[in-house]
Amino acid sequence: MIRAESLSKHYGAIKAVDGISFAIEPGEIVGLLGPNGAGKTTTMRMCAGYLAPTSGSVQVHGFDLLTETIAARKTFGYLPEGAPLWGEMTPRAFIDFIADVRELKGERRAQRISEVTGLLQLESVLDQRIETLSKGFRRRVGLAQAILHDPPVLLLDEPTDGLDPNQKHEVRELIRGMSSDKIVVISTHILEEVEAVCSRAIIIAAGRIVADDSPAALAAQSGTNRLDRVFRRITTGRSRAGADRERS
Amino acid sequence: MNHVRTIARRELRAYFATPVAYVFIVIFVALSGVFTFYLGNFFEREQADLTPFFGFHPWLHLVLAPAVSMRLWAEERQSGSVELLMTLPIAPWQAVLGKFLAAWCFIAVALALTFPTWITVNYLGDPDNGVILAAYCGSVLMAGAYLAIGACISAACRSQVVAFVTTVVVCFGFLLAGFPLVLDAFSGWAPDLLVDTIASLGFLTHFNAISKGVLDARDILYFLLVIAAFLYANAIVLDLGRGN
Repeated sequence: MIRAESLSKHYGAIKAVDGISFAIEPGEIVGLLGPNGAGKTTTMRMCAGYLAPTSGSVQVHGFDLLTETIAARKTFGYLPEGAPLWGEMTPRAFIDFIADVRELKGERRAQRISEVTGLLQLESVLDQRIETLSKGFRRRVGLAQAILHDPPVLLLDEPTDGLDPNQKHEVRELIRGMSSDKIVVISTHILEEVEAVCSRAIIIAAGRIVADDSPAALAAQSGTNRLDRVFRRITTGRSRAGADRERS
Repeated sequence: MNHVRTIARRELRAYFATPVAYVFIVIFVALSGVFTFYLGNFFEREQADLTPFFGFHPWLHLVLAPAVSMRLWAEERQSGSVELLMTLPIAPWQAVLGKFLAAWCFIAVALALTFPTWITVNYLGDPDNGVILAAYCGSVLMAGAYLAIGACISAACRSQVVAFVTTVVVCFGFLLAGFPLVLDAFSGWAPDLLVDTIASLGFLTHFNAISKGVLDARDILYFLLVIAAFLYANAIVLDLGRGN
């Protein structure tokens, strides 16, 4: 499971993340929702151990990200925002490198590589340099990297950003198809995505959690049963207050 | 150590994936030839040694080693791939060491490709090949020290150009630490102990000792310590980055 306790990240006077706490159990697919600048990516980065929190702690599978960093990182796959990759590599060399780092060996290694390249339909571009690939392919190479070692925890920062509707659908199918004992956390600002794949939505605005419930229950809060209405109502008030705080 | 090798292999392939590596090697070999045969008066000296060849290495490395090290971290920070690298289950020291070793191997390959000069001097005369081997070792060690400084500075920069220029300046300071240019800045006010310490940090002094064929453990240790110190600093710079 993932457990974040009063997680904060301050940049000078700006509180990018301001005391967030949550616990996520296996089997949950959580959507981290919020307007741009709400602190989604900062939260993801702290969960992945890329940023050290100003205060608070994160544990993944019982390993603390600050003190047992390597052990914790072995338990998850992470897709950073924008899916950065090494452009001069080919997907084949890149996935090979990741398999080395993830210490996959022998038959399992070959099996995982062929499974993942098949699942993300990368066969046709395996020997093309990553920098020449379209945005959609690049995102899929980034996803392949995250799921290669079949981790119990997946942290995906805007996994469908830049994909066309068909590709979006496929990635959502992929996330939904993950076995039921996994944890998946996706950060997004696309509400339909949350409704389509997530069992739980955590909405953050101005660095704080403003709602934490199933998408259906959240939608029911508005008379019209629409998530976007609820989202707008709970995030606009707070984000305006947050913007004021940043300015002052 | 497995992870260090994995990182180093990826990094070394990255050098050769673009024409940059080949351009670099050609320039390195060509320049070392030009320096030796024209500026160094290799033939006019009528001596069977490579003193003119190695005499220019501190200056050749001064410009070319920072060009190799500048991309090590700055490029990753620019493209964002450093986030991918630093969230894999790899310890920072493994990434630091792997990247450094790749750059060092690359310079060693470029240096090895200057072998025609060595063949030439052996064809023309009867040089002391022990001295030449020692000087090659010294050259590799000095290049390693430049690269470690450059890697550390690259980790602190987002721009490769800034990393390059800063590295050249810092390396220049280290190169001439034993000379009046640097010492005069300190000798007026600093205590003698500090001035003596700075004087003993000069790359040139240590390299010249080795290239004369005297493989003194202290000179070798000196370069290895510089490398270790800057790689350690490199890891610290990366860790500071986690805070922001």
